[in-house]
Amino acid sequence: MEECKQYVAFMLGEEEYAVEILTVQEIIRWSKVSRVPKAPNYVKGVINLRGLVIPVIDSHIRFSLPEQVITEATRIIVFRHEDAVIGLTVDLVTEVLSLDEQNIEITQTVSGAENVFVKGIGKLKERLLIILDLSKVLDLNAALNSKVG
Amino acid sequence: MDMSQYQDLFFEESTEHLQLLNQNLLALENNPERLELLDTVFRAAHTLKGMSATMGYESIAKLTHEMENLLDKLREREISMSLAIVNNLFKAADLLEEMLKNYRNGNNQEYDIAKMARELFEINDYENNLDFNEVEIDSDIWQLRVKILESCVMKSVRAFMVFRNLESIGEIIKAVPSFQDIEDEKFNDIFTIYLATDQKKEQILPCICSISEVSLEEYKKLEVMTKPETCSLQTQQPEEKQKVHKTVRVDITRLDKLMSLVGELVINKTCLEQINTENNFNGLNETIEQINRITTDLQSVVQNVRMVAIEQVFNRFPRMVRDLAKDLKKEVNLILEGKETELDRTVIDEIADPLVHLIRNALDHGLETPEERLAARKNPEGLLRLQAKQEGNQVVIIVEDDGKGIDIESIKNKAIENSLIKPIELEKLEEQDILNLIFEPGFSTAAKVTDLSGRGVGLDVVKSKIQSLSGQVYVETKKSQGTKFIIKLPLTLAIIQALMVRVNDEIFAIPLANIDETTSLEPSKIKNIQGLQVVILRGKVLPLFFLQDILSIPGTKQKGCMYVVVVRKGEQQVGIVVDELIGQQETVINSLGKVLSGLTGIAGATILGDGSVSLIIDVGTLF
Repeated sequence: MEECKQYVAFMLGEEEYAVEILTVQEIIRWSKVSRVPKAPNYVKGVINLRGLVIPVIDSHIRFSLPEQVITEATRIIVFRHEDAVIGLTVDLVTEVLSLDEQNIEITQTVSGAENVFVKGIGKLKERLLIILDLSKVLDLNAALNSKVG
Repeated sequence: MDMSQYQDLFFEESTEHLQLLNQNLLALENNPERLELLDTVFRAAHTLKGMSATMGYESIAKLTHEMENLLDKLREREISMSLAIVNNLFKAADLLEEMLKNYRNGNNQEYDIAKMARELFEINDYENNLDFNEVEIDSDIWQLRVKILESCVMKSVRAFMVFRNLESIGEIIKAVPSFQDIEDEKFNDIFTIYLATDQKKEQILPCICSISEVSLEEYKKLEVMTKPETCSLQTQQPEEKQKVHKTVRVDITRLDKLMSLVGELVINKTCLEQINTENNFNGLNETIEQINRITTDLQSVVQNVRMVAIEQVFNRFPRMVRDLAKDLKKEVNLILEGKETELDRTVIDEIADPLVHLIRNALDHGLETPEERLAARKNPEGLLRLQAKQEGNQVVIIVEDDGKGIDIESIKNKAIENSLIKPIELEKLEEQDILNLIFEPGFSTAAKVTDLSGRGVGLDVVKSKIQSLSGQVYVETKKSQGTKFIIKLPLTLAIIQALMVRVNDEIFAIPLANIDETTSLEPSKIKNIQGLQVVILRGKVLPLFFLQDILSIPGTKQKGCMYVVVVRKGEQQVGIVVDELIGQQETVINSLGKVLSGLTGIAGATILGDGSVSLIIDVGTLF
């Protein structure tokens, strides 16, 4: 039997991305983000998730995309990653879909700054989904350290 | 002082410790080699002793003290674990439970502890060293002391003959010294044999006496399988009526759950308000107002449930210190500071034990006797200061004495003696590192074991306990000037009073503890001195820092009247310039989580009434 996993697909600008559904804790509406001074620029700030203060990453800055415009469709995907709960802003959550391992192309050919975050490209009929390597995207510590160092 | 308010707490905690003791004894019974279980049992007994002594329940304290003595021997491997010992420890635990129950029902009965201790803890040689499993049930056990003449040339051969003869009539269970040592002639003329046999004395004696150069010094039949008499408490069983308690001990995770539910409620309340302002339904306004009030109350109640003033812990100490000082014939002046500092319930529950240990240590080892103090030209009355305060995002608790300090040399000696460290490694260590050895398990510099401390359980327990609360403990000492233990605990969930300030549209909280005063400021009063902006406040020069610059808050600087929050940073006063003072508020500190930890100037975040997050400023690291 083919290895088949479920993914949450979402839009950032014109591109469609996907993350494994098991890493997602929940998806919430946009709420007011409090800026955190001196934090890395891609940390949009912190929000109150039912009594828990969690950092939110601005995906547009993280992936070097044009500045994000907050709309009705803007959502925050909340991930649970190594005991930490972290949010990621997205422009639009499209759907939950299943992808065969077969249809995912592990690739190093995509060039550009953001390719360190990319695990592979998923193909679903005519659609191409950029599958993110969450541990890289959410690993703020490594990013902080490399920024200092 | 009235101790009754702590009675319930004492009984609840004692029951827990007793349970711990029982659990670990059970585990120990199955794995006699796991010494760390023994440590846990020891600590439970130790804590129980300390607590009951504080509450004045002498019988429990005495019995646990006796129990400790036995456990200590086991830990030091002076005697080895056997079923008999485990059984007796269980019996002791049962006795303690019974005592607790009696005390709880208000039956302040004195017990004959000495008798109990004799029955339970004075285990004779035989029982110490023998595992009952090996003994056939229907045989008698004989203890035979055999002497071989000093002039005898080949003692081991004689001994071998004794063994051979005895084996023909029964089974040798054990010999002291061991068979191996006897065979190697490592014994002084006399050895002891434990023989299991059905034969009578008349048959046994010739087996030994018939061998030349060998004589039987002493013999006796041991009562092995008779179970040690159960020592009953001589009380007519009072009716088992449990008192009804007014306090409920709630699992802290339930409070966490409650807290997050309230948080959710607050957010949805804000949503409701939003909908109302957009649609303006009839009559909804009043209901929302009500919900608003109720949720606000609910939130503050739930938050306060978790917070407890450290007073509750501190108040137990004066009595304890007094009694201890009396016992030790020392004069002590106990100073308690910062009783009102609030700590999370979880922390309060856990911090009492380590503090008891530290105070006992300070009294027993730290402070000198009045005579010694006079000789050292000190006030004969020793000083013991217990201080709690909030510092940035930590609560600091300091236990400080002005006694003789910790002797580095004796730490070194002790560390080598207890083989905690090799002498070569010791040479490389800094003084502070050597000092930190006192937190290692199995360390104690006290020359003699007293009723109080000095068994080496103290400080490693303290350290592991505090680490389990993700805090740290440090020690500072100066010879003949005193010792200072500093405990730092993180402030997760601690409530602080804070001043809410606004700069542009961002809101920050400044802990009130850091603030000296606030004042309004006309921009024209600001003067420049060597690039530094200052203002003259009542004749003193006050350096100014604009929060907007420090935290790079976007937007333009406010024209017109501004406000200065005068804060204390170390010895220096500085002014923080903000746009507006919003007001004082109780804030719950949430950590920013590990991904955003280590940001300077930010102590954490707090959730405001409307569900939005505002950051708490850490004055200590802001500039």
